[in-house]
Amino acid sequence: MTNVNPKGFPLPSSLKVVAGTEGAQAAYPYYMQFTKEDDQRFWFYNSMHFPEPMCVFDMVTAEAAYCALGSANTRIHCLPTTLGIDYRIINGRVYIGGNAVTDPAEIARRTKEFQRRAFYYYENWERLFAQWKDKMMALIRYAQALPKLELPEFEPLEHVHAGRGVASNHYILETYQRTIEGFFRMYHHHFEFLLLGYGAYLTFFDFCKKAFPEISDQTVARMVAGIEAEIFRPDDELRRLAKCAIDLGVEGQFREGLSPSEVIQSLEQLGEPGMTWLKELAVSRDPWFNINVGDGFYHYHRSWNDDLSMPFAALPGYIANAKKGERLERQTDKLMAERKQLIADYRELLETDEERAAYDQMITLAHRVFPYVEGHKFYCEHWYTNLFFNKIREFGALLSQHGFFPDTEDVFHLSHYELEAAIVDLMTSWSNGSPPRGVSRWPAIVKERKAAISEWAKHTTVPALGPVPDIIDDPAIVMLWGITRENLDTWLTAGEQPDSNEIKGFAASRGVAEGVARVVKSVEEIDRLSHGDILVCQVTNPTWAPVFQKIAAAVSDIGGSMSHAAIVAREYGLPAVVGTGTATQKIKDGQRIRVDGGRGVVTLLS
Amino acid sequence: MPSSQFIGWFADVGLADRPTVGGKGGSLGELTRAHIPVPPGFVVRTAAFERFLSALENEEPIRPKVEAVSSNELEKITALSEYLRGRLEGEPLPDDVNQEILAAHAELSGADSNPPLAVRSSATTEDATDASFAGLQDTYLWTIGAEATLQRVRSCWASLYSVPSIAYRRKQGLPESGVAMAVVVQRMVNAHKAGVMFTRSPLTGDRSVITIEGAWGLGSAVVSGDVTPDRFVIAKITGEISVREISDKHIQHLPAPSGGVREVETPEQLRKVPCLSDLEIAALRDIARKVERHYGRPQDIEWAIDHTGQIHLLQSRPETVWSSKDRAPVAKPTENPLQHVMKIFGGRR
Repeated sequence: MTNVNPKGFPLPSSLKVVAGTEGAQAAYPYYMQFTKEDDQRFWFYNSMHFPEPMCVFDMVTAEAAYCALGSANTRIHCLPTTLGIDYRIINGRVYIGGNAVTDPAEIARRTKEFQRRAFYYYENWERLFAQWKDKMMALIRYAQALPKLELPEFEPLEHVHAGRGVASNHYILETYQRTIEGFFRMYHHHFEFLLLGYGAYLTFFDFCKKAFPEISDQTVARMVAGIEAEIFRPDDELRRLAKCAIDLGVEGQFREGLSPSEVIQSLEQLGEPGMTWLKELAVSRDPWFNINVGDGFYHYHRSWNDDLSMPFAALPGYIANAKKGERLERQTDKLMAERKQLIADYRELLETDEERAAYDQMITLAHRVFPYVEGHKFYCEHWYTNLFFNKIREFGALLSQHGFFPDTEDVFHLSHYELEAAIVDLMTSWSNGSPPRGVSRWPAIVKERKAAISEWAKHTTVPALGPVPDIIDDPAIVMLWGITRENLDTWLTAGEQPDSNEIKGFAASRGVAEGVARVVKSVEEIDRLSHGDILVCQVTNPTWAPVFQKIAAAVSDIGGSMSHAAIVAREYGLPAVVGTGTATQKIKDGQRIRVDGGRGVVTLLS
Repeated sequence: MPSSQFIGWFADVGLADRPTVGGKGGSLGELTRAHIPVPPGFVVRTAAFERFLSALENEEPIRPKVEAVSSNELEKITALSEYLRGRLEGEPLPDDVNQEILAAHAELSGADSNPPLAVRSSATTEDATDASFAGLQDTYLWTIGAEATLQRVRSCWASLYSVPSIAYRRKQGLPESGVAMAVVVQRMVNAHKAGVMFTRSPLTGDRSVITIEGAWGLGSAVVSGDVTPDRFVIAKITGEISVREISDKHIQHLPAPSGGVREVETPEQLRKVPCLSDLEIAALRDIARKVERHYGRPQDIEWAIDHTGQIHLLQSRPETVWSSKDRAPVAKPTENPLQHVMKIFGGRR
């Protein structure tokens, strides 16, 4: 029986662009704008990846990601029931919708293709994954090797004598195009394995849910989770550095409230032991501090390498813990043994040997694919994306020197097409000696767009748009965004029970905690969290890892049980409820709440 | 005293002795042997019943009289029941039976003068198909003193000749020669809280969870349904508590000063308070797993926690509802393991 909710969500055409921001809205390319035809389809706000209004340049992260995701699903592996994902933007908010395949004949045709393609990937996973790492590292080296941007007054003599015959302004454009090209290519790598990995995981998950109807999501996740995934490494490095500081006797230099440069300076003054610690820091930084404080979709989510204040703020806490005798290294042998035991214990509970044999087949496949699922983010969304945004900053610096806009960071208020136009403008000006035309164009536009972003951030966002689909059969949407039919029904009825003091979500990490809620709307606000607070945010972010040592629990609006938030919360043993839809709207900053991560329930206490 | 012809101490009996100690007795013996905390006790074996019955039969027949009635002769059955129960409860016990029960009672009491005991019938046919029959047997809680104990043992035996019991056997055409009853005599637990637990979900049949129901006072309030118990669901393997339903436990069963059980109102400040701490839940889970492992199949368990915090198991029997259901396997192994992923990628799940 299908429970059709007659209400549905507001239609896209009913959404209004916030007054006074029409010009900023028009800056997004035409293919991202809603049109009347979009009313026929279901859309939801992707606040998991895009929890804050998107600057027009940053939308390249959505373009590149959805281009590659769609190619992998639609054209490479030929997923039987789903094509790619469409996206739109309004008031800085990114809405997405899946393209389902429903015709049985077409599903059958695609199934045949899928088995020739995806099955080959599964069968050759280790070899292809090793090859993937090589490709990804080559791409990172490529991005690192992109030339510096130089527009000298006169071409260097050696270029002239060597007969290069191509002037410096050309290389500015070439470098820009290679930068953009590399970023689009990176996302193809990102999705090469991702859906296949999630699918194999979900296969095992689905089996467990049928065999053990009351098993929690996180228990299944613990059976599959890797122990030495790259995503844990940056935090592991901090623990290592904390221990190292104690071993060298320099831990006194790390005090709350000191800036990284003050700490570094005092270490340098200590001489030998201080210098030794700084050498260890350098070892950790390359590559593990190439982690950014977001998920790789916002230019202002800087990496630890670019802004040491995040890792340095965490060090005093880790040092204190180590002194209390807490073991700092993750005990990988112990974690591995626990995982093995968990798998064996559940296996024993199965009714028949037949089921045990099927269980073995599925967990084996899940273990084979999972290192990719857990590991890819470090290379793609973090390391490569940091290189990319920093390269764009070089263009920002160059254009700002030439008067296109006041600050380097203003470059992110141009779309990647507009940025190329500005570069050609500058190239022309450098070549012909006229002043660049953009100098009189861009400052006003940048100002208008900046104002729009801060205006949009003040407005609440409708979680979904359009008619509610009967079923949601897209493995990507269920796994990555935690969107299910039941979930949407909850969102639809959310407004009907204003008195309820409970908010339901996915049980992401078990445990119960009570404390003061800190509703954190963006990454800049995370220093507002004190010890024992409960983090309430639109999307819990694993790379805020150092924050997790302080907080008592985490609650998010969006995310499934396999979202990185859930994974890291489990790693830290913190209760977490994700995918609540409305926590940041319903919970007031400073309110006392209880988080029951085993049941997926947040209770408002005051 | 050691176990004997008529008496079997828990530590000396097991499930294999069911024909002579009954289902309840065999199960308590089995648990004791598996080092699961069961209040100490003994079984009055069926041989004691047989000995008494043959003494009675020597004076005037019993079994032939029962076999002579038909299940629809309700008036005759009623009269016969009254007469037979009177004899079983009234006529003197054979000396050897009397002596052995008194000796066992003395030993079970130990240094305590007349500790409260539970006297419970332990039928030899206590399995799923005979459940309705087994349910007719009696349990006497909070029995105090040797005389009262002897009397309760006789009452258990007499319950075999209750109107419904006789009617049931006649309807099924069961031979009377096979009818016998063992009786369990066990130290009572002065339960601070008590209840039941299932080593699989009664709702979904999930074997990976343990459901615990409990309330204040003696477990009889929970078993009889007189109180809505608190309900907890715990993951068997990980110990994660996924459900905590705390109910208004308005009444509780407590031992009555003169023996037996009385129902009293729960003090206001305890009514809506969880009756179990997380530590107690964890300890119950450990015991439940041990019992299930021992038997190799899901169990229904009665438990109690006394005022010192000590846990006692009062009963464990195989779970029957889900175990007897035929279920299609969740998945079968496939020749190519990759075929499994089609469940996710192949459409409409």
